Amino acid sequence: MVHALAANVAADSNLAGISEDLVLALIIAYAIALFLFVFEAAYGRRESLAGTRLVAVGATEGRVDDLTVNLRSKEPEVKASRHIFGRVGLGVTVVGFAINLVQIVTRGLAVDRWPWGNMFEFVVAICFCGVGAFLFTSFRYKARYLGTFVLIPVLLLLGIAVRWLDGEAGPVVPALDSYWIAIHVSALILATGAFMVSGSATITYLVAQRTEAKRALGETVSSIAAKLPSAELLDRVAHRMIILAFPLWTFGVIAGAIWADEAWGRFWGWDPKEVWSFITWVVYAAYLHARATAGWQGKKAAWISLIGFACLLFNFFGVNYMFSGLHSYA
Amino acid sequence: MTSLKPTAPASSDGPGSSAPRLSPLGWVRWAWRILTSMRTALILLFLLALGAIPGSLLPQRGVSIEQVQNYFFENPDLAPWLDRFFLFDVYSSPWYAAIYLLLFVSLTGCVLPRALAHYRLMRARPPKTPRRLDRMPYSATFSTDATPDEVLTQARPLLKGYRIEADTDSLSAEAGYLRETGNVLFHLALLALLVALAIGSFFGYRGNMLLVEGDSFANTLPSYDAFHPGHAVDPDAIEPFWLRLDDFEAAFVQDGSFSGQADSFSADVTYREAPGEVEQTHVLKVNHPLQVDGAQVYLLGHGYAPSFKVTDSRGDVVLDQPVPFLFRDTFTFTSDGVVKVPDSAPEQLGFTGVFLPSAATAESGDLVSDFPEARNPRVVLKGFVGDLGLDSGDSQSVYQLYAERMTQVGESPAMAPGDTWELPDGAGTIEFTGVSDYISLQVASNPSRVPALVSAIAAVVGLLGTLFVQPRRVWVRARPGADGRTVVEVAGLVKTEGAASLARFHELASGLNQRLR
Ligand code: HEM
Repeated sequence: MVHALAANVAADSNLAGISEDLVLALIIAYAIALFLFVFEAAYGRRESLAGTRLVAVGATEGRVDDLTVNLRSKEPEVKASRHIFGRVGLGVTVVGFAINLVQIVTRGLAVDRWPWGNMFEFVVAICFCGVGAFLFTSFRYKARYLGTFVLIPVLLLLGIAVRWLDGEAGPVVPALDSYWIAIHVSALILATGAFMVSGSATITYLVAQRTEAKRALGETVSSIAAKLPSAELLDRVAHRMIILAFPLWTFGVIAGAIWADEAWGRFWGWDPKEVWSFITWVVYAAYLHARATAGWQGKKAAWISLIGFACLLFNFFGVNYMFSGLHSYA
Repeated sequence: MTSLKPTAPASSDGPGSSAPRLSPLGWVRWAWRILTSMRTALILLFLLALGAIPGSLLPQRGVSIEQVQNYFFENPDLAPWLDRFFLFDVYSSPWYAAIYLLLFVSLTGCVLPRALAHYRLMRARPPKTPRRLDRMPYSATFSTDATPDEVLTQARPLLKGYRIEADTDSLSAEAGYLRETGNVLFHLALLALLVALAIGSFFGYRGNMLLVEGDSFANTLPSYDAFHPGHAVDPDAIEPFWLRLDDFEAAFVQDGSFSGQADSFSADVTYREAPGEVEQTHVLKVNHPLQVDGAQVYLLGHGYAPSFKVTDSRGDVVLDQPVPFLFRDTFTFTSDGVVKVPDSAPEQLGFTGVFLPSAATAESGDLVSDFPEARNPRVVLKGFVGDLGLDSGDSQSVYQLYAERMTQVGESPAMAPGDTWELPDGAGTIEFTGVSDYISLQVASNPSRVPALVSAIAAVVGLLGTLFVQPRRVWVRARPGADGRTVVEVAGLVKTEGAASLARFHELASGLNQRLR
């Protein structure tokens, strides 16, 4: 009948303070990068992007070394707006990304646990993964042009986090005190980051598609929309990101089920969070099927993926604030 | 979304024109073809997602019966209508079952033929090298001094991982079978998962109970406060283990802005797998259940059980035990409870009480609890005298006093442990003797846990295969050219999207070229 005495889990306030300052530094860095990317999009020159992995590297037609190469289906040339500011923007994004990492680490040290135990920490970690996925695409697929579209939601999320979510560093409830948080939540946060980039690419794709349709009708398109890269490329980037995110999401949901089995005595109980994770999963599965279904590729599939993204966002904000379930940490 | 235009290959002679002239068998075939088409799968997937939504918006019986009852109470007109559409049991409703069963029939009809075709393909040799390689998405030619045989020998090590079929002057190679294998595995694993879940809901059970420190229970039906057996469970034949709660400890954050938040719970228990077996001990924690004999015992929550000693008007001790109180909120653990004393004479006694683990006087002057830990326990009781109504035959909740045939005789002052309250008119006394912890436990037995886990893992593995493996074919042909040198042709084909493969073929071609230089 003895009650345990105080477990001293009060957060290390010094480190906690540092991690709060870092969030501000992070926002400033991403905001500067956003400005530079917007500048690039608006004032850059439309140039051909060579060597994007989505387009065959080096497999150009004609004589290469001693080879005579013949390609049946010519890859369309990929063009995007380029400007030195964009490069600088990418550099600043890398700096922001590093600050983001340091922020998460100091936060983890300050509270002496995995640094994703509440909404504020989820948001910061998701932004980290989103920017990470963006950096990956920009180095591997030269998709720097996505910078604007990724950083806008990232800054919005960070703004919401700082303004409305409780950022105070503290301990988590016993149910969250498990190594499964490292597995389950990390997988879902990583997947969310990649879904976010995919969502940005999809919206860009829809805009670019409209531009191309207008051009095909002979209209002239000015404005930033005219400088977007080809719709096909955007579509492929969006697809690639979902292909990365979907298995991660699947794995994360399964890991969650295993954890629920351990913590709550059932692996699936239709808790609102579980329901919406399931819905999100099904909608993205529908997206993948749509791409393999005659008449559903392109714009229709894009809309399905946006519905999936909306479900993801709802799962994050809506479910935490509207419903009371085992998963509410708001 | 519902337009079923016959564009999908699977339903190529689809619904429209030919449908009315079909024989019965033709109709069945037609329906089957529609059902197993990708388009239908897509629509069913949408319905599966859409149908899941109401279950998150409305309270569900499977999750919380109390919330459903509340909903009925607050919306007496709407609720029965919603109930008619099974909206409080969405995930076990006939219409939801219809969606997922259709989906899985569709899946079977779609994947089994595919699995069969894939099996044949896996056993077949790669197809012969076509005559014209320059029609392939990628092709490259070069000439070399090496003999044709040498070229083909040199090409082999570059085609590691490919299945190779040699012809007189060419190699035909295929790789990436695992994509289709993964796809089939993934979809079959989903089927297996559904079957596992069905088995679990038939042969599993789940039950809840409260256990006060020092008390024990045997795993039999009467031990449970609530018991949910699957259709095929015999409640008299559940695992015969026995378990006692020796000690429970809860730790809370003591100060700062998170003061009062729970930090850890742990319960020391002693158990026997079956009568006559040796006693074993286990520390039960959240995230650390106890496995006994195919069942799992989970620590779900905890609370306080103040203990009372009641003496009736004759001076007999008629009750002396802890009584579990249910908490109202987790930050103060202010708890409510009922003490029923059926054995007192001449009349039965009953009490309702409020327990404050950490009593303090609020600014308003009221006595409240300001911390979840039992730092300063107090109990305030209301006494009732009369007939508890236990003999009426209706089942009663132990957490509710049915006071229709009782009269209230007064309210106690705030009692500390050791305090005794004398009921008015010599009706008896009640002593607040101390506080014990209780824990709420869930016992669950679900034979589908492991099969479901295996299916889920298979699904992820299959998914990785289907998303990341690229099926591809490569051909290398070497023939003597007009100038006496050997002309080498390399060509490649992928069946799925993604241009990275062109780069891969190009690497192959230039690799071969380098080797023959
Ligand atoms: C619970 C339901 C289902 C889920 C979660 C699901 C999920 C998936 C996923 C993730 C893929 C991989 C897509 C890709 O390669 O990009 C896939 C492919 C596929 N699915 Fe399903 N599926 C389901 C039901 C069905 C049904 C009912 C059918 C048949 C009517 C079906 C037929 C196929 C086919 C043919 C492919 C291969 C597409 C391709 O070749 O690219 N699936 N499915």
